[in-house]
Amino acid sequence: MVSLLSGCSGIQSALDPAGSAAQLIADLWWPTLIVATLVTVLVLVLLLVAVTRALRHRSARPLSSRQSRNLVIAGGIILPLSVTIPFALSSFSIGRTIHAPPPEDAMTIEVIGKRWWWEIHYLDESGNRIATTANELHVPVGEPVRLLLKSDNVIHSFWVPNIQGKTDMIPGRENVTSLVADEPGVYRGQCAEYCGTQHALMAFLFVAETPEEFADWLERQEQPAAKPVTDREVWGQEVFADAGCADCHTIRGTRADGEDGPDLTHLAGRRTLAAATVPNRIGHLGGWITDPQHIKPESLMPSTELTPDDLQALLSYLESLE
Amino acid sequence: MTRQHTNLQHKVHDSPEETKLLAETWYSPRGFPGWFTQVNQRMIGRRFIITGFIFFLLAGILGLLIRTQLAGPEQEFLGPELYNQFFTMHGTVMMFFFAIPVMEGFAIYVVPLMVGTRDMAFPRLNAFGYYIYLIGGIVLFGSLLIGMAPDAGWFNYVPLAGKEYSPDYGVDIWTTMITFIEVSALTAAVELIVTILRLRAPGMTLNRMPLFVWAALVMSFMIVFAMPAVIVSSTLLILDRLVDTQFFLVDSGGQPLLWQHLFWYFGHPEVYIILIPALGMISTIIITFTGRPIFGYTALVLSVVSIGLVSFGLWVHHMFTTGLPQLGMSFFTAASVTIAIPSGVQIFCWIASLWGAKIRFATPMLWVLGFFAIFVIGGLTGVMVASIPFDTQVHDTFFLVAHFHYVLIGGAVFPLIGALYYWWPKFTGRLMSEKAGKWSFWLAFIGFNVTFFPMHQMGLEGMPRRVYTYTAEMGWGDLNLLSTLGSFVLAAGFGVTLINAIWSLYRGQPAGANPWNAPTLEWATESPPPSYNFRHIPMVESRWPLWDWQRSGERSVVTGLSHWRREVVLTSVLDATPIGVQILPKPTIWPFTSAVAASSGFIGIIFHPIFFVMGFFLVFFTLVAWFWPRRPWKEDE
Repeated sequence: MVSLLSGCSGIQSALDPAGSAAQLIADLWWPTLIVATLVTVLVLVLLLVAVTRALRHRSARPLSSRQSRNLVIAGGIILPLSVTIPFALSSFSIGRTIHAPPPEDAMTIEVIGKRWWWEIHYLDESGNRIATTANELHVPVGEPVRLLLKSDNVIHSFWVPNIQGKTDMIPGRENVTSLVADEPGVYRGQCAEYCGTQHALMAFLFVAETPEEFADWLERQEQPAAKPVTDREVWGQEVFADAGCADCHTIRGTRADGEDGPDLTHLAGRRTLAAATVPNRIGHLGGWITDPQHIKPESLMPSTELTPDDLQALLSYLESLE
Repeated sequence: MTRQHTNLQHKVHDSPEETKLLAETWYSPRGFPGWFTQVNQRMIGRRFIITGFIFFLLAGILGLLIRTQLAGPEQEFLGPELYNQFFTMHGTVMMFFFAIPVMEGFAIYVVPLMVGTRDMAFPRLNAFGYYIYLIGGIVLFGSLLIGMAPDAGWFNYVPLAGKEYSPDYGVDIWTTMITFIEVSALTAAVELIVTILRLRAPGMTLNRMPLFVWAALVMSFMIVFAMPAVIVSSTLLILDRLVDTQFFLVDSGGQPLLWQHLFWYFGHPEVYIILIPALGMISTIIITFTGRPIFGYTALVLSVVSIGLVSFGLWVHHMFTTGLPQLGMSFFTAASVTIAIPSGVQIFCWIASLWGAKIRFATPMLWVLGFFAIFVIGGLTGVMVASIPFDTQVHDTFFLVAHFHYVLIGGAVFPLIGALYYWWPKFTGRLMSEKAGKWSFWLAFIGFNVTFFPMHQMGLEGMPRRVYTYTAEMGWGDLNLLSTLGSFVLAAGFGVTLINAIWSLYRGQPAGANPWNAPTLEWATESPPPSYNFRHIPMVESRWPLWDWQRSGERSVVTGLSHWRREVVLTSVLDATPIGVQILPKPTIWPFTSAVAASSGFIGIIFHPIFFVMGFFLVFFTLVAWFWPRRPWKEDE
């Protein structure tokens, strides 16, 4: 099993830690796996010896009751105790470290589980929302971040296995957790609590970047949307309003202020569409707008019927929302 | 049993007239109408077992369909709606309609024979429980066939299972039918407790009770304490959904976590309710196939009892990611790893018993040895997930799917199939084919490991549970394909046993009373047992009565029970001293009519609350008829 597991790496894997919490848990996992493998082998070898003794030695005799008692005490009491006590203690100590509250001045991000996507708000020191995005969580490497996890619908669970374990998002509760990303990179997170039809496709990207890159990114997110420049983009903005997109989506700096769907102010800067289901390229964007139910059945985004010209204009406009 | 009770001891003398009279007294009506009136424990137990295995087959097919959908990335074989219904039904049917009923069925069939009595304490209640289970199962599984199946998971977390997010009938059917069939689990549990404590053969003190009977007793007490929690939680959910109460509605001050606490307070013990009878089966099989007394009888009993007790203190380990306070959750880590000790004691008592014994490697023994290999792995991953930090990584991933299938299939289904081979000759009078049994075992053992072992890695690589699809770049495709292939091998393994069972009914080698040379009382009577179980109620002087009788060449029996009415010997709880005679009722239609009346209420409330009132009155009338004073003892004759 060891060789089977060590060869793998992934952008959504607990075996490939890139955050302090995931690292601590992986450090707990590997020795545990070795001990568990040894215990399994020990028990099965004993069993094998036990059942084959009479086959191999005609004169084999059952254990005396004293030998049996010693075997049961050693294997049934001392062995489990000597394995579980150190395991439980190290697990408690790692748990304390992981769940220690972040420093007072840590940056706070609010993540809200939706059906079936993620709404992300960056908060300032006094708790005001300074930037809103969706399905892409950016954090600076090496700095502790406080996460406020919420849901206004069903239970979801926030999980980026490369960074740390999951924490549920429960309606009526605010779960607070904190995390530190240790290595820059793009990781994938996924909802871990069954939340209905599209639970499978409720993912997001976790982007850990240098503090400078992060600061630049956050500054851009705080700005309202870019104004349409070309005629086609202006046309696209009109299509956006007329086709009903604005009923559900917000584009800051315009009259679009719908709240049911993701904020699209900086849509073009995101790497994926539909909660990390498809890459954010113009073809996928067009496909998503015209037939979202094919990509993600039962998602709340309705199909939009547009003439090819209107669609092209709309796509040009959305592509301009850097 | 001391010699003071010599008034009960007579030489066995069988007069054919008396035997004929006995058979007439304990007669079970045959034919289609008769089927609805039978109350005999063997008939009811057999029905529970057969119905349970039919649900195992159906839920197993759902499992194969689920695995087929996941065989490769981005497949469109089922689609999300069907997939979600299928995994909900797979879990619900396996837990509620297969595992518990089938374990209870084995206990209902075997326990009265093992304790040496003629029927259970309340035969008609027993029949009532079966009809409830059958009707509930047909309604729930039927909902899948008419496209109204529940799809919020077998755990039905609110608010997803609430009216707002699951407006269809599916969850209504789930909540009403689960509440309904838990009545059946409770009746069987009460039945078993009273039968075990009061109807044991004279001389079978608690200290001489077969280990399977101990396991059935502990299982029954656990059902009595755990099932009310699921009945309460599903009733609250019914009320929220059907009459607009707001127990779980956040805006009105309700609590989604209340559901989880109630559900897992039942749900965790349930796993052990399924495991504990399997532990009893393993001990039974080991004793028979080593042909000698087991080591550590007392330790085995105590460890079963302590697993039963501790299992009620573990439920929060299903909720480590909910953000409850760390210190509180740490208690549940400690309690969870504690289970390793009684489990370890069990396993090492068995190893000590097997050590150097002349083991007969018949099919039942093979399934038990397969149990060891699988269950040890499942138990160790169980210790791992008791750690809060580790659990936050693997909770709700395929690692957990692997873990609990190792525990449930390895820990319960393998021993159960072993027990099926073991008691099959008693049930049918014929042996199953040993050759097919071995094929079945090896296919299932290899198929099982190929299916579920890779899931550990899939979970650690980030694959969540309950997903109908995944994208190709996640890299989970190869392991999923392997796992799906394994699942078909596993299914083929179980399929061979099914064919073997049907074949042996007609062609199997006749078994005789005691084909395995087992020491417990169920083998002291013919195979299959006559309608009255025992021609003479045996008396017991050790834990291994049949081996004693073999050695001494004689047996002591109770005589003097009347042949013209259904009498069983009542004994005291601790030392099984005879204290009286109980008269049992005859076949009757009323348990069936009561079950139909109750089900009309439970099914009807899905559509209108008036059915609750109607069901209440119908049940009232049928119960009046059921309990109408009669004289089963026929004083006048």
